[in-house]
Amino acid sequence: MSKQRLVIIGNGMAPGRLLEHLFEAAPDAYDVTIFNAEPRVNYDRIMLSPVLSGEKTFEDIIIHGDDWYAERGITLHRGEKVTGIDRAARVVTGASGITAAYDKLVIATGSSPFIIPVPGHKLPGVLAYRDLDDVDGMLRAANRGGRAVVIGGGLLGLEAAAGLKSRGMEVTVLHLMPTLMERQLDPAAGYLLQKELESRGIEVRCGANTKMILGDSEVEGVELEDGTVIDASLVVMAVGIRPSVDLARDAGLDVGRGIQTDLAMCTSDPDIFSVGECAEVDGRVYGLVAPLYQMAKVAAGHLAGVSEAAFAHAETPTKLKVTGINLYSVGDFGDGPDREDVVLRDAARGSYRRVILQGNRVIGAVLYGDVADGMWYNELLKSGEDVSDIRDTLIFGQAHQGGGMAADPLAAVANLSDDAEICGCNGICKGKIVQAINDKGLTSLAEVRAHTKASASCGTCTGLVESVMALTLGDTFSKKAEGMCGCTDLGHGEVRRLIKAQGLKSIPAVMQELEWKSSHGCAKCRPALNYYLLSDWPGEYKDDQQSRFINERVHANIQKDGTYSVVPRMWGGMTSSDELRAIADVVDKFAIPDVKVTGGQRIDLLGVKKEDLPAVWADLNAAGLVSGHAYAKGLRTVKTCVGSTWCRFGTQDSTGLGIKLEKFLWGSWTPAKVKLAVTGCPRNCAEATCKDIGVICVDSGYEIVYGGAAGLHIQGTTKLGTVKTEEEVIEVAAAMTQMYREQGFYLERIYKWAERVGYDTVKAAILDDTGSRRAYYERFVFSQQFAQTDPWSERVSGVDKHEFKPLAVFGEEAAPATAKVEPAE
Amino acid sequence: MNALTRDTNAWRLIGSIDDIPSQGARCVENGETKIAVFRTADDRIFALEDKCPHKNGPLSQGIVHGGCVTCPLHNWVISLETGAATGADDGRTASFPVRLDGRDIYLNLESNLQQGA
Ligand SMILES: Cc1cc2nc3c(=O)[nH]c(=O)nc-3n(C[C@H](O)[C@H](O)[C@H](O)COP(=O)(O)OP(=O)(O)OC[C@H]3O[C@@H](n4cnc5c(N)ncnc54)[C@H](O)[C@@H]3O)c2cc1C
Ligand code: SF4
Ligand code: SF4
Ligand code: FES
Repeated sequence: MSKQRLVIIGNGMAPGRLLEHLFEAAPDAYDVTIFNAEPRVNYDRIMLSPVLSGEKTFEDIIIHGDDWYAERGITLHRGEKVTGIDRAARVVTGASGITAAYDKLVIATGSSPFIIPVPGHKLPGVLAYRDLDDVDGMLRAANRGGRAVVIGGGLLGLEAAAGLKSRGMEVTVLHLMPTLMERQLDPAAGYLLQKELESRGIEVRCGANTKMILGDSEVEGVELEDGTVIDASLVVMAVGIRPSVDLARDAGLDVGRGIQTDLAMCTSDPDIFSVGECAEVDGRVYGLVAPLYQMAKVAAGHLAGVSEAAFAHAETPTKLKVTGINLYSVGDFGDGPDREDVVLRDAARGSYRRVILQGNRVIGAVLYGDVADGMWYNELLKSGEDVSDIRDTLIFGQAHQGGGMAADPLAAVANLSDDAEICGCNGICKGKIVQAINDKGLTSLAEVRAHTKASASCGTCTGLVESVMALTLGDTFSKKAEGMCGCTDLGHGEVRRLIKAQGLKSIPAVMQELEWKSSHGCAKCRPALNYYLLSDWPGEYKDDQQSRFINERVHANIQKDGTYSVVPRMWGGMTSSDELRAIADVVDKFAIPDVKVTGGQRIDLLGVKKEDLPAVWADLNAAGLVSGHAYAKGLRTVKTCVGSTWCRFGTQDSTGLGIKLEKFLWGSWTPAKVKLAVTGCPRNCAEATCKDIGVICVDSGYEIVYGGAAGLHIQGTTKLGTVKTEEEVIEVAAAMTQMYREQGFYLERIYKWAERVGYDTVKAAILDDTGSRRAYYERFVFSQQFAQTDPWSERVSGVDKHEFKPLAVFGEEAAPATAKVEPAE
Repeated sequence: MNALTRDTNAWRLIGSIDDIPSQGARCVENGETKIAVFRTADDRIFALEDKCPHKNGPLSQGIVHGGCVTCPLHNWVISLETGAATGADDGRTASFPVRLDGRDIYLNLESNLQQGA
């Protein structure tokens, strides 16, 4: 039997799921061709919000990568929009002329965001929120800063607002209705939500009607009907979606609000199916994935000829995916004469819950704050069970029902029935997960996701799935610990993102909110957290000395015998007779055992006693010498050659530029040490091609290279590009340092960071996009005002005096009972 | 109790708890011996000889976390209470009895190890 041809229009979440079911049931039935207007593979659209907020990357949310299509022999036309369906000839045609003949066709064009046609809606800077391009657009805008106005206070609008806020923008939400998310929340919960968003610095204006968007060549602001003008550099419209039905209508299919189908998801043409947001089944259209996945399953069954299943409507709970905000709503919660409400409020904890009953059955629930019981109410709603017996305690939740069940989440999950739904998006119940674990011997969350899809979509049920695993596997299940240290399972990237996303500004706040497993961290995580906070909240966060490694605490390098080495800065490797004389005097005065020239073109004084450090620094300071930060995760040296000043090959003043760079960059803390070099011509005497950032002077300007290493690991640099002036070199070097400061993991050198995020990404952000470069540069300059103080002179003048003096000293022989006691500082 | 069986003359007032940064340490010199006095985040005070059991690293310079200090030289983690290395490492540093009287710290200059404790 030869294969039939299946053509799919649209490659969103619904057809992606349809194909999974189809290939499982009938792997050889069809030759599949997909047309997708978006130029990419299938990804989890609902996780765009975590990508926007920075909690996930695009790679994290891809559902089917290239391999997936290749393995199944599927032809995927990316970026090819279908423009016509010829039902008589059974052929579809794409915008660039590609055609494909079909035996069966699936229309899965999803929906398009509705754009309010107010004046100015076409200006650059007005975006919808639907796909990755929109997210990229928002991120570009966020990187330039300013204010974003989000029009629409529903699920999408609020997720966009929270994401843009955590990316550092000022955010105003405009909502036409009197309370937020009025379709999912009642006014009380809407109020709590608004308060929470406002406490995070998001401005919310309800009852706000947009009159026009202002600006000549790009967005400059928004004007409301009442005359209010709000400045804005970005406008996001999230006011609703319209099923994309034009193609089907033009092809003469029956179309109402969506493409009309029967309960088998078949349209008015028996060879054409429709699934997803574009489909209208039994008079309803949908905008959440759970029903779409059901459509996909039904349609796949019919296409594979293995099932006669019919689509059945079910209530889908709504959750908002904003970290730290918990809300859950399901069913119907309008007021009505035959309806009763049970309400429980806990103002102190900012939590609210309301269950709506009709004839002793649950028909709706709204939970805000503590939402753990949402699932249980949903179960009661679905089963239509008579709840008169438990009416009195219903509102307190499942833990209060019969037998005083423990509030322990594991016990709560243990008490769920086998058909309790765990994963709402995918409609996966507890029994199914348990069965998959037992039958297939699954042991990790990733495997459970792969086999059952539980928690593989919006991810809010991950904790529940893990509880089910813990119950089923017992002690053999332990969450995979890949954390930054034993104190947390979160990795460096997650911790960095959450610090920004949740606005965590102290080490105790991070440990509390991210649920550290130790009370005060350890020597691995504390220095990392201290760095992240210092880099993320310049001027706000106070450096925690006790979380620093000793070298950075006493501004010298500890040696194996507990003495220290002292390295003064020599800008660009230049020194003078005065400086050398001062160094010689210090060496004699403090009997410093060794003096050595370092690889970074400066002088190291080795074997200084800790108690002598402040006095040594005082003498060096007096001669104008400052700390060289030879101990720091920060700028170490800028190595130079003599360049055009002396060398016959020199093309530019490499020494002068090196000094300028060093004076600009010193003092800033970075994830790991940073070394630079400026070399006067490609002969490279200053060895710029193995530095973190190197500059090679050429006749026409300055070639910038980066990502070199010459330690345990040896690696040549990668070229970033060529610029014309010294000012540009400084701007690029500062911007790159800042990007690395914001993204690098603690102890990760520039070459590792660049490998991880991609050399192309760095180049695009630092060289190609001058707006983005400027923004990084400005953030660097801002943070430098808090960083450029000489730590030596600070300590000479008394800072951290306790570091350098013993607490008490007793003689060899019978010390007097009252010893010499240092006064309190 | 230790204090009773010891030479009571060995107790010395060494300063106030406020002289030591929280999660930090200061040193007391007793002739040739250096004693590191630690203060934890919950204001407990411990005293150990300032010598790592590994290669004599100065423990007073390490990072204090929970009831432990991580040696600055090669990251051994030493229990402040017992002076013993934790985890896979093996070794023990001499510890000294301390007691708090109000905010005053008293240190007994006779180590627990010498006592065979
Ligand atoms: C930011 C965001 C957050 C969300 N959060 C949630 C959530 O938490 N929970 C939830 O349940 N749902 C959520 N949703 C909704 C959910 O993502 C959608 O319901 C779902 O993705 C719709 O799937 P679909 O396959 O119908 O359409 P889509 O995923 O929109 O896919 C349609 C695809 O078809 C392509 N296409 C359209 N016309 C053509 C054509 N003529 N030719 C070729 N290709 C075409 C489009 O480019 C698009 O790629 C969210 C949506 C967004 C945007
Ligand atoms: S790199 Fe070029 S300019 Fe610099 S010293 Fe060497 S030869 Fe001269
Ligand atoms: S190469 Fe090794 S031994 Fe030499 S200074 Fe560096 S770390 Fe120490
Ligand atoms: S000397 Fe302390 S760990 Fe090596």
